[in-house]
Amino acid sequence: MKQAMDGRNRRHLSYWAFWVHRISGFALAIFLPIHFTLLAQALHGAKGLDEGLVWTQNPLIKIAEWGLVSLLALHLAGGVRLLLIEFAPWRGLRGAWVAGAFGFALATGLAFALSLIG
Amino acid sequence: MQEEQLTVSVWRGQGQDGHYENFQVPRRTSQTVLDVVTHIQRHLDPDLGFRFACRVGMCGSCAMTVNGVARWTCRTHVQKVVGTDNTLQIAPLANLPHIRDLVTDMRQFFDKWVKPEGRFVGKSNRHQEFATVKPDSVERQHANQGIECIGCGVCYSSCDVVTQRPDYLGPAALNRAWTLVNDERDTRKLERLAAVAGDAGCHACHTQGSCTLRCPKQLTPTASIAGLKRLSARAAMKGEI
Amino acid sequence: MNDSPRAQARRWYLQRISAMVLAILVLVHLVIMVYAVRGGLSGAEILARTQGNAWLAVYYALFVLACAVHVPTGLANIAVEWAHWPASRALLMARGMALLLLVTGWRAVYAVFTGGAT
Repeated sequence: MKQAMDGRNRRHLSYWAFWVHRISGFALAIFLPIHFTLLAQALHGAKGLDEGLVWTQNPLIKIAEWGLVSLLALHLAGGVRLLLIEFAPWRGLRGAWVAGAFGFALATGLAFALSLIG
Repeated sequence: MQEEQLTVSVWRGQGQDGHYENFQVPRRTSQTVLDVVTHIQRHLDPDLGFRFACRVGMCGSCAMTVNGVARWTCRTHVQKVVGTDNTLQIAPLANLPHIRDLVTDMRQFFDKWVKPEGRFVGKSNRHQEFATVKPDSVERQHANQGIECIGCGVCYSSCDVVTQRPDYLGPAALNRAWTLVNDERDTRKLERLAAVAGDAGCHACHTQGSCTLRCPKQLTPTASIAGLKRLSARAAMKGEI
Repeated sequence: MNDSPRAQARRWYLQRISAMVLAILVLVHLVIMVYAVRGGLSGAEILARTQGNAWLAVYYALFVLACAVHVPTGLANIAVEWAHWPASRALLMARGMALLLLVTGWRAVYAVFTGGAT
């Protein structure tokens, strides 16, 4: 029987970055086939596309869209951090990139939200 | 004057029958967690099983889980980890089979160390000239970054991938492999890259970074594993492994 | 289904290469999205940009391909590590997901390129 580590071992920046990267990736993976299927409504022309998009008018969907865009930005920035760790000369676990990733996601999310509203 | 007391929860028992047991230990200046464990064994319960050797931070034998984090107990001052209510929790290292109390079976750890061609295999003998290795070459600097590992098991114990993938070689074994891959005198580079590649090897590392964060010698298994990922992936794409 | 260490190493490599490709494609996509979504997005507005636009079609076709390479590996890891699936089942799921993304994705690209007119 082996002892298992509990949450106390995971309370550090690099682990949180891993967790956010995995959750965001999973959410995006689920979203993509739905996204593609909706866009394929264009096979029925602009009208078909509009019919497919009508339920995106729902405010909850708008919030979900904002969430997905933010997760995408987060996954992108976190991913670039990983590529740097794996392929660039070693400069530690690049904690600044984690902070930067959150900043980038916030900025992107804000820009998208403003676009949606404006 | 009333002496300050620590309430120490220590993992006792064997396998499934494990449980935490509380002890009251007097708090002392510059006390280490190993001091605490030693006090319990000497004065409170002679049955307590634990490992230690040098007690000065050189051998790595005293590694245990202190308040949920793997540490060398001889190098962990109580004042650094104690809770506000004077509590401490001490458990054996995680991810290793449990023998008794604070003692784990380290064989799996060392088997995985040897498994991915963990031995140096040179080509010269005593009758030949010494190998001349430039100390500032890139490879030698990579190797030097990892050779101070003393096999204490803290990184292995801290890694979630080790917990979730029983086959995963773990940070220490992969770090070792990296030092050998960068040793220009070694002759088994390709075999070693083949042995460390894949989901039981370096490619399962998710850069969680607990190993690099916790290593008591400030080694960087994450960097070593990243190097192995690059080299073995390229060898795989070229069909060399 | 080949699951040798060599095959696993190759999958890792392709996932990282697709990540590098996606880093650029996603950045461009985020910029386009924030810009295009201003004041809402109708089917006609989408098609006005994409219909007959060969460059955009190539861009999105490449995007879909990169996703099909990148997404499944992460999902397989989650399946093995968090859902405790056997590796063979995870690999099968990954292949299935790749196919799903390619089919639905390229269909969507075709749909917005033709806009219902064939």
